[in-house]
Amino acid sequence: MSGAQGSDLNRNPPHPGRLDHAEGASIPLHSRVREAQPRGAVINGDQPIDQAGAAERFIAAPEHERMHDARLWDLRQKRDRQMHGIAEWEDLRRLASEIKEHALTHLDHYLEQFETNARANGIHVHWAQDADEHNAIILSLLRDHGVKRLIKSKSMLTEECGFRDFMAESGVEVVETDLGERIQQLDDEAPSHVVVPAVHKLRSDVAEVFARTLGTDPDDDDVHYLTEQQREKTRPLILDAQAGLTGANFVVAETGTFVVCTNEGNADLSANTPPLQIASIGIEKVIPRLEDLPVFVRLLSRSALGSPITQYTSHFRGPRRGGELHVVLVDNGRSERLGMEQFWTSLKCIRCGACMNTCPVFRRSGGLSYGATYAGPIGLIIDPTFNRHRYSSLPFSSTLNGSCTNVCPVRINIHEQIAGWRRVLAETHELPLMKKVIMREAGHLLSHPALYRTAIATADSALKHLPRFMVYNRLNTWGHGREVPAPPRETFHQWYAANRATKKGKPA
Amino acid sequence: MSSREDILARVRAHKPALARPLPQVPFFDPPPGTDLPATFRESFVRMGGTLPDCGQDDPLDVVRRIMSTAPVTCSRVPEIRGNRSLSDDTPPASLADIDIGVVRASFGVAETGSVCLTEEDLLVNTLGYLPQHLIVLLDPARIVSNLHRAYQRPEWRSMHYAVLQSGPSATADIEGVLVHGAQGVRSLRLFFVPGHDG
Repeated sequence: MSGAQGSDLNRNPPHPGRLDHAEGASIPLHSRVREAQPRGAVINGDQPIDQAGAAERFIAAPEHERMHDARLWDLRQKRDRQMHGIAEWEDLRRLASEIKEHALTHLDHYLEQFETNARANGIHVHWAQDADEHNAIILSLLRDHGVKRLIKSKSMLTEECGFRDFMAESGVEVVETDLGERIQQLDDEAPSHVVVPAVHKLRSDVAEVFARTLGTDPDDDDVHYLTEQQREKTRPLILDAQAGLTGANFVVAETGTFVVCTNEGNADLSANTPPLQIASIGIEKVIPRLEDLPVFVRLLSRSALGSPITQYTSHFRGPRRGGELHVVLVDNGRSERLGMEQFWTSLKCIRCGACMNTCPVFRRSGGLSYGATYAGPIGLIIDPTFNRHRYSSLPFSSTLNGSCTNVCPVRINIHEQIAGWRRVLAETHELPLMKKVIMREAGHLLSHPALYRTAIATADSALKHLPRFMVYNRLNTWGHGREVPAPPRETFHQWYAANRATKKGKPA
Repeated sequence: MSSREDILARVRAHKPALARPLPQVPFFDPPPGTDLPATFRESFVRMGGTLPDCGQDDPLDVVRRIMSTAPVTCSRVPEIRGNRSLSDDTPPASLADIDIGVVRASFGVAETGSVCLTEEDLLVNTLGYLPQHLIVLLDPARIVSNLHRAYQRPEWRSMHYAVLQSGPSATADIEGVLVHGAQGVRSLRLFFVPGHDG
């Protein structure tokens, strides 16, 4: 790369002040002190994920919690500014929801239409029922082409399929080309957010990971330095790879096109540089017509990061000259979810992450606390469809405040589905023992008015007099991370008995 | 049964039997008389692109001056010559040492400040990504108002590859600090140059 060396052109221009577009922050964030990165939920076979426990560890790292909260809330605010800048915003949300619901209720038709058109354009189309079949199809393609290294852009579907681990065991080197995903790969962690995978990490954490894995200066945590180091270290791997893999954001049945949205241009690098191009695509991504596409492109990045569009919105309709293009259409539980009356509309999700950015639980607990591929509000309704027992605690990691539903660009009734899952889990005996006991006792109390009144009066009076250690302990989850509200002087019933009962008939 | 048949059979069995008609999508056109090049400029700069001021100079001369400062240049534009040749069988990875690439966009989108680069505009697709810097020429007469109008263009039905590029490669994956040149081009400069067929 002779031309690239020794030229000022190959360095970024001096920083013109802080940049503020696309996914850039509009408020300067900088962690002040070094603090070890809290790790996510411990996965223990099929045991229910202890989201609350992992969230507590995250909260116990105040710098991480503060930065995570501020960064995501900033994205939420940028999203609001974009929304207010477009008069037809609510029309777009309605259209997006209607198009997706139409596509999903005619999914077989549009999948076949996509397949026919893609094949006519020279794309090889494969179908995979589950993660294993997806991984096996790609491995056989790689073996046929003698691929030793695959470059890959961010794809939640491949996370769902455990693709990286599978390839490592199969002797194929996989290199992530999205910076955030690369950081997570080098640190042997899953992405913590569907759009910003390393958002839970501070710059000091990244400096530590890069020093350990890329040999950078452990004491230099300048973001520009770290990003540049990663670019320099990854580029030779990209140029040398024999295959490139991307996901897809949208699939257009009418033209046989799939669309990939990135800010780094890394999907294009992955797709356009090596001779073999592969795309892993969930079957729910299909939309009918080209004219439907702008509705989603206009909503996606505005909802995700508060930018009008991603820096790169790339359209693949056939193999490039001399190249070979394979698409793997993956079910992995989606066709089953389509049949779940309460939950099928979760398939409308376009993975913008807006629900995560607005969720108070997600912002303060970090995505890895969910111990699942999909975190945050959307994860609470998708994850149990993959494994009802392992993810049985997740639908309780929500305040049900409805903010997720309000920001969802495709109008999924997320908080109602979360409540729906709580009911389903109770009916199918997947409630944690403690919740079951509490619910049974509460049910008894609430159905006996006299008992209830006595209990409330006793509890209130007890709260006034109990020492703090009795109130703020492991058993009282309401005392975790907040002050229990001061008990009233008397209950309503005590007040009513004292005032109204004796003054009947007098004006209030 | 093959996986294809299994999947399609399950989809048919499970898809909700609900009437969900496909809606008409309006064009959401801006008010008549909207200055599209001015809107485009504003959006393009907001996405991190630059529009160098040419003053009284011919923009093509300005491009040539910029090119003369770079060791390795490659142009897909007949009016501009680079020192690296490009043909349709150039290996994609071999463009990695180019300092500046020059291409002409098929069209621009005022709403988002995007330029559409197709496989024909690029000849070798990596010309849009592997050079350190990219210069784009755009005919101001080829600016559409918004994405709804953009997707009416013929390129989407004829090309195997086309990208809406909006500014340079960018990332904010570390603490939300925005950095240009994450993986692709470090800068994107645009010049308004009417095309021969414009």
